[in-house]
Amino acid sequence: MSTIGLSDAATEAAATRRRRIVRSLWLGVAALLLLSVVESLTGITELTSSGTFGAALRLTIPIMLAGLGAIYSERAGIVNIGLEGMMIMGTWFGAWAGWAFGPWWGVVAGIVGGAIGGLIHAIGTVSFGIDHIVSGVAINLLAAGGMRFLSVVAFPPGSGGGATQSPRVDGSIGTFSLPFIAGGDLFGWQSPDLFGWLETKGWFLVSDLGAFLKGLTGNISWLTLLGLALVPLTYYVLWRTPWGLRLRSCGEAPVAAESLGVPVYRMKYYGVVISGALAGLGGAFLVLVQASIYREGQTAGRGFIGLATLIFGNWRPSGVLAGGALFGFADALRLRQGEAVHALLLFVGIGLVAFMVRAVLRRSWRTVAALGVVAAASFIWYFNTTTIPNEFISFTPHLTTLLVLSLATQRLRMPAADGMRYRKGEAT
Amino acid sequence: MRWRTVALRALAPITAVVFALLVASVALVLVDRNPLTAFVEMAKFAATLKSFISIMNRAYPLYISAIAVAIGFKMGLFNIGVEGQYLFASLLAAWVAASIALPGPLHVLVVLLVAIVVGSAWSGIAGVLKVTRGVHEVISTIMLNFIAFGLVSWLLANFLRQENQPGDLIIKTAEIPASGRFPSLNPLLAAIGLEPPRGSTWQGFLVVAVLLGIGYYLLVWRTRFGYELRASGINPGAARAAGVDPNAMVVKTMLLSGAFAGLVAIGPLLGFFNRYTLDFPRQLGFIGIGIALLGRNHPVGMFLGAVLWGFMDRSAQILDLNDIPREIVQIMQGVIVLAVVIAYEVVTRFVEREQVRAAAAATAIEAEQQEAEEARTS
Repeated sequence: MSTIGLSDAATEAAATRRRRIVRSLWLGVAALLLLSVVESLTGITELTSSGTFGAALRLTIPIMLAGLGAIYSERAGIVNIGLEGMMIMGTWFGAWAGWAFGPWWGVVAGIVGGAIGGLIHAIGTVSFGIDHIVSGVAINLLAAGGMRFLSVVAFPPGSGGGATQSPRVDGSIGTFSLPFIAGGDLFGWQSPDLFGWLETKGWFLVSDLGAFLKGLTGNISWLTLLGLALVPLTYYVLWRTPWGLRLRSCGEAPVAAESLGVPVYRMKYYGVVISGALAGLGGAFLVLVQASIYREGQTAGRGFIGLATLIFGNWRPSGVLAGGALFGFADALRLRQGEAVHALLLFVGIGLVAFMVRAVLRRSWRTVAALGVVAAASFIWYFNTTTIPNEFISFTPHLTTLLVLSLATQRLRMPAADGMRYRKGEAT
Repeated sequence: MRWRTVALRALAPITAVVFALLVASVALVLVDRNPLTAFVEMAKFAATLKSFISIMNRAYPLYISAIAVAIGFKMGLFNIGVEGQYLFASLLAAWVAASIALPGPLHVLVVLLVAIVVGSAWSGIAGVLKVTRGVHEVISTIMLNFIAFGLVSWLLANFLRQENQPGDLIIKTAEIPASGRFPSLNPLLAAIGLEPPRGSTWQGFLVVAVLLGIGYYLLVWRTRFGYELRASGINPGAARAAGVDPNAMVVKTMLLSGAFAGLVAIGPLLGFFNRYTLDFPRQLGFIGIGIALLGRNHPVGMFLGAVLWGFMDRSAQILDLNDIPREIVQIMQGVIVLAVVIAYEVVTRFVEREQVRAAAAATAIEAEQQEAEEARTS
């Protein structure tokens, strides 16, 4: 009897999952459609150019890697606000090894550097049981000072580096374009660029779709591909393997996990160290793909933004990817064309109206009112101004996080024992 | 027993500092520098009047910042937003100070009030979000920090800045008039017969910082509010059962913490910079967290911690002249914070274990006596 019940539950879970995937796909299509509508209305082509989408992808990856890292740590029950520090360590080690031995060594060193930060956090929080936030704050302080010291020591005068920056990293992680659809090489033969051709046509939606796909498939760094591959991989590892189940059980009910023979301390160590390694990889990405150089303050709070994507991505990889993409896109627009961000207000306004319609159909009037206020504010803002100050764009991710957290807390669920102190053998 | 516990607790910060010296020594030896030279030079450099003044000037803003953090810690709240709160408060205070004209002490008082109100308003957002929407204060204060950074530079660049003189490209608020400045302690030096070094101002706000420390002590350990605050921190459930409204406590604590945070950089503002510029001191809020941890939220402990920080920052300046990277000091500071927390934890566990053992021994003796008693009676 019970086996039948179990398989029923499993099929139901699979069906829910499929529904969720379909729904996200539709949301993505709707967002692109809305973007093209706004583009036609405002005439700002940068909104949907392949260049913008490409830049958005590049800006998404580091945030997303930090967010993915946070998943491993928090699913194991350890809050990690030291991600920023671990990312800083990743940038420094990535730049140093990249400069000294070549870019791919930079990737390895960035991962190792971040993992060292994670290891310190794990020793403090798991072995010694100190408060997770305290340890994270201390790691952020330590990383900032430590990397500065290392810079002074490791980058001699005349190398182009100094206390606040590294020498340039020569050579780069290679890029590639898909053949036929994005004009990539095929054994030395330049293939046609289908999406690029579509983009130039200026057809409503079709060209925008072309630009979108071209941006995501043309001139992609291998490191970007690696980062994207980590999203499904993380999902698979954490939700589809026994190891992942054990790790998550440490974040939900460590005492129960212990009683079933799960090595809780070791799993937590794995989680936090992997988390540091991924944040470090994000740091290395910043150095090796975006800048070819390490600068102090280069991470610019991306570790914290990664943490934010974790929270409103509901502690799931797909949510982290979506959140990272949102911020990456806003950032890309800001860098490419300031006015384009202004048009985003229109995008937000129309999008909220769509959600309002849904809320009306569901008769949840409070949601309607809340959405209505925000939508009205967006429209008023859009029609009464011509630009958005740069400073506002810089804190968009943080403001969004606050808004999402205050409006949708009920739908978010963090791991039950996240941030709690756990000591071996205290089960009663 | 009690004195031993106190000694053990004092051991923790000392161990942390020694450990940090050790780590720094290893780091220096690894890069071929002599650690002993470094520490001796630092100590020598710090032992001058000019250095003393500089150390005090660096220490007291950190002390206020640590108090702001500690108020939250005392009831189990993390105010990571001191950084944003004090920057926001300093900017608006600087602008108000330069825009109004009032007689001496009143002028300063108004500025302090502005700083307090702005600081607590900004931290209050986090408090309100926590009790009404259940947003964890760590996340909300981190986010509010970034929003504050953006708003501060936006307000400064667009509304609150002084019109530039030709050739002057620095973005800054107008200069604060003499009536709005805080007096220095240099006359005090002169009074005890010491010549203040040239170019040194011993900032008078140190006195306010010390008063704030005393106020913090009285408030937290000597008032009903402080009792409720500590009770909520140690055991929220029990405090609630005893009639303490946890939501009101959260909001009050955040407001209070923000009020202290607003004052963090007012001393340098009114006693040194006289205006808010883009190079206004940063990071004081984050360092305050470290000092609150180092001083274990204790008014005296945190003061010592702040002075230690001031000492390290000041004496680091001599290192470059000796071809030793001064950044070694930042490593030491980071290591101290991490090590001190671990050391306290280890000490706490040790004390706990001792207590358990003592209790067990006591019960064992009791049981033996009882057995003996029973044996006798039967």
